[in-house]
Amino acid sequence: MSEALFKVENLHVSLPDPNSKVLFGATPMIDILKGIDLEIEEGTVVGLVGESGSGKSTLGRTLVRLIEPVRGSIRFAGKDITHLDEDAMRPLRRDLQMIFQDPLSALNPRQTIGTIIGRPLILHKLAADRRAARKQAEEALDLVGLPTAFAGRYPHELSGGQRQRVGIARAIATHPRFVLADEVVSGLDVSSQAQILTLLARLKTELKLTIVFISHDLSVVRRLCDRVVVLRRGEVLENRPTGPLFDNPEHPYTAELKAAIPLPEVDEGWLDAS
Amino acid sequence: MSADTAGTTGAYLDIDDLSIALRADPGHRLLRSVGLHVKPGEVRGLVGESGAGKTMIGKTIFDILPRAVAVVEGSVRLGGEDLLALPEGKRRKLIARTSALIPQDPLTALNPVRRIESQITDRLTAILGQSKKAARDRALTLLEEVHINDPERVLASYPHQLSGGMRQRVLIAAAFAAEPKLIVADEPTTALDVTVQKQILRLIAEMQRRHGTALLFVTHDLGVVAKICQNVTVLFGGKVVEDTDVKGLFAHPAHPYTAALIGATPRYDRPEESLLPVPASVIEDTHREIAAADAAWIVARSPHTKGAA
Repeated sequence: MSEALFKVENLHVSLPDPNSKVLFGATPMIDILKGIDLEIEEGTVVGLVGESGSGKSTLGRTLVRLIEPVRGSIRFAGKDITHLDEDAMRPLRRDLQMIFQDPLSALNPRQTIGTIIGRPLILHKLAADRRAARKQAEEALDLVGLPTAFAGRYPHELSGGQRQRVGIARAIATHPRFVLADEVVSGLDVSSQAQILTLLARLKTELKLTIVFISHDLSVVRRLCDRVVVLRRGEVLENRPTGPLFDNPEHPYTAELKAAIPLPEVDEGWLDAS
Repeated sequence: MSADTAGTTGAYLDIDDLSIALRADPGHRLLRSVGLHVKPGEVRGLVGESGAGKTMIGKTIFDILPRAVAVVEGSVRLGGEDLLALPEGKRRKLIARTSALIPQDPLTALNPVRRIESQITDRLTAILGQSKKAARDRALTLLEEVHINDPERVLASYPHQLSGGMRQRVLIAAAFAAEPKLIVADEPTTALDVTVQKQILRLIAEMQRRHGTALLFVTHDLGVVAKICQNVTVLFGGKVVEDTDVKGLFAHPAHPYTAALIGATPRYDRPEESLLPVPASVIEDTHREIAAADAAWIVARSPHTKGAA
């Protein structure tokens, strides 16, 4: 393939200002993304990092077209998806999956795990009937290291780490080309976090997935990502392979982010160093 | 006043042999003979994964345990005064006068429909009996201490008008307002960006040193522990599995669970080191250790064995 899986040019996104109270007329808009250029190669994991308000989640959501950009263009697998409407996006949805931060609110509490994973398969006509969907759901569970018997359980019966595995199983069940993972380990304990990171790394290789991994935790990003994109106030400050970016940050802001991470080792000068 | 004298260990907070259980099933303990001590001027980390009982300990200190659970054994002393032996009114007063909390989520901890001023001065007027004027002056000084440049404006603001970092500064100021002897900081930086987290950690450490407070720092982040704590208590399943100084914790963790926890923490400076989840065998062994301790505890308290011995 000659073109990158995602090709983003001069992307501008504005959203209504949540703090403004307007009785009449249009709500004032805030510019969230201000001219993003980005290419994502197939089979890579790209980390999006930045502080809250930097636009990393907005960028992720715009890539999978939950948000329509104001200006610029997004090409996915050679197709211009910048302004496609919902109907036109639908056939692409199976290729553009998402994993969310809080699996408990992302999983329907009234459906069994089997239904949660199997339903999209029927909707996308990837499974002929419920039985076929159930079987594929069980395969997806197996792939994420959960017992297939979990298909009969409900989300509240699982632990946080298990729920996040279900979230991943649901996303990969449609055999997508692209997965957006937004802060998927930040709500987890370190041991579950380590398991989920290992799982994502394995799935990337086994399924040749392209992943955009949004995280505020640079240590986690260092683990998993091939490239890192540093965002601040809606602009890309740095976009480089992970190793060089960490070893030798070009932008002072990247260096500042890195210096602010508390490593698990005693360092009495750390707190007072700026 | 006895509340101002330290306990026998020299610590301000003394938790000894504390067991908490469901009222419906007193044999099922949520905290298992926990011992925890924090001296004036000390920062002690309380570490554990979710469900380990960190919050339960905090709730015991502030006497806000849910109704379904109760202390079945042990003591909690503040400055030598046994909280559990005091009648409720006196207990509440002692806690209010000597202890304060820095909560995790500053937005839910602040009342959205009241200005910052009353939320800081309340405890000064209510607990210390200060006049409104004196309390306001004290609030201004405190906001300056937490490096807020325009304290007048912040006092007149509502919580939603401040950024996350600013709100956390306000809560730190409020926590130190009545000069408490003990502060419990419950995951105070978990919701913050790394750069803001560092500023807030520095601020908490600075305030704690200036005021000589005993600080119990509850967190799941070993990185944060390494940077701010002198001593650490590690909890697993409601039981203390390790109690050590911070250097010892990282240099030679005594309990396999602690070692596994350190191994599961990702570090950007060691990307080639494979990240190991806490092994199932360590979890199982620790659970077995707890079960054995539980069995011994139940046997020791059974009237039958007591009579036989």
